Amino acid sequence: MRRLLPYPLLTASLLLMWLLLTRFSVGQILLGLVIALAASRVMGALQPAKPRLRRWIKIPSLTWTVFGDILKSNIAVAGLVLRGGSGKARSGFVVVPLELRDRTGLAILACIITGTPGTAWIEYNAASGKLLMHVLDIDDEERCVAQIKQRYEAPLMEIFE
Amino acid sequence: MTELAELPPWAALLIAFFLLLGASLTLLGCIGLLRFKTFYQRVHAPTLGTTWGAGGILIASMIFFSMVQSRPVLHEILISVMVFVTTPVTLMLLARATLYRDRAEGMSGVPSLDTGSTGDEATDSTYPTQRS
Amino acid sequence: MSAIILVLALAVAQLMLLAAMGCCLYRLIRGPRAQDRVLGLDALYVCAMLLLLTLGIRSDSTVFFEMALVIALLGFVSTAALAKFLMRGEVIE
Repeated sequence: MRRLLPYPLLTASLLLMWLLLTRFSVGQILLGLVIALAASRVMGALQPAKPRLRRWIKIPSLTWTVFGDILKSNIAVAGLVLRGGSGKARSGFVVVPLELRDRTGLAILACIITGTPGTAWIEYNAASGKLLMHVLDIDDEERCVAQIKQRYEAPLMEIFE
Repeated sequence: MTELAELPPWAALLIAFFLLLGASLTLLGCIGLLRFKTFYQRVHAPTLGTTWGAGGILIASMIFFSMVQSRPVLHEILISVMVFVTTPVTLMLLARATLYRDRAEGMSGVPSLDTGSTGDEATDSTYPTQRS
Repeated sequence: MSAIILVLALAVAQLMLLAAMGCCLYRLIRGPRAQDRVLGLDALYVCAMLLLLTLGIRSDSTVFFEMALVIALLGFVSTAALAKFLMRGEVIE
């Protein structure tokens, strides 16, 4: 089983992508399965570091949190643009000390932070674990740091570490 | 255009709502691109268009084709996943390149992580406007 | 009835997206610096992709979906390459 399916998640998502690009039918499922299996074997030859998921259970709630936060910050940034550009924005850099060390977790955190309007991941120092972030509108710097750590970092640490 | 008339009104209203939501958010993001003063502020603007801007139009497209072809047409999900995953990557690469260039030119007001300067300078709201 | 709603909404959405593309184009031409131009180009790609999707709804064909996917992919690759160019001064090292 392990040799046939080295990356079950990758295989499943490739099959899903194939089905979305074509149509749902038995023939397409078979063809997609062959392609997904072959592609995940090729991926195995590259020997990437395998991310280990500790707790699946946290993933849906994290997804939901991110979804809601993106909606909220969309409204906030749109309002800021409407109210007159950057004149009113108190933007600046914020340094967040991160405890998350897992590389996959950090990559996902980077995508979440940059993907959310209003915050952008600028630089990360792996030695000290400090993240430099640019925030468009800072209310309170400490609350901003606490929010990142509490809302995103804590669930990611539970999932990956 | 013939199929357009056959849609029930509620579906048409729903599609119109998502279309306008997506288009107006994209427009607002691009206006932000125009109005914000510094590069680091402008980095935030395109994400508006790539999260709910793209999302709205993709949802509208999904509803429309599912109604017209009377089967679930979900391949727009692929585009939304693509856009949502790749935009942060390009923006991060750009921001890093800008940081590197600013530091190489010795521009003031660009905070540094290495010296551990987390003080006032890093959160100074009067970040100097870039030279034009 | 529903045809009128859809045609109106499509026209307004397309005009908005065109205006958005105009903003990106301004940023692309005026700069002031190279990274601003690249950012404008990246946003321009996204707007063009969304415009193609609305065209797809208007003409009721899924051909535009493939075009939009290709534009999204090309936009990612080109922006990544340009960002690398800004950082190092060359794309292929």
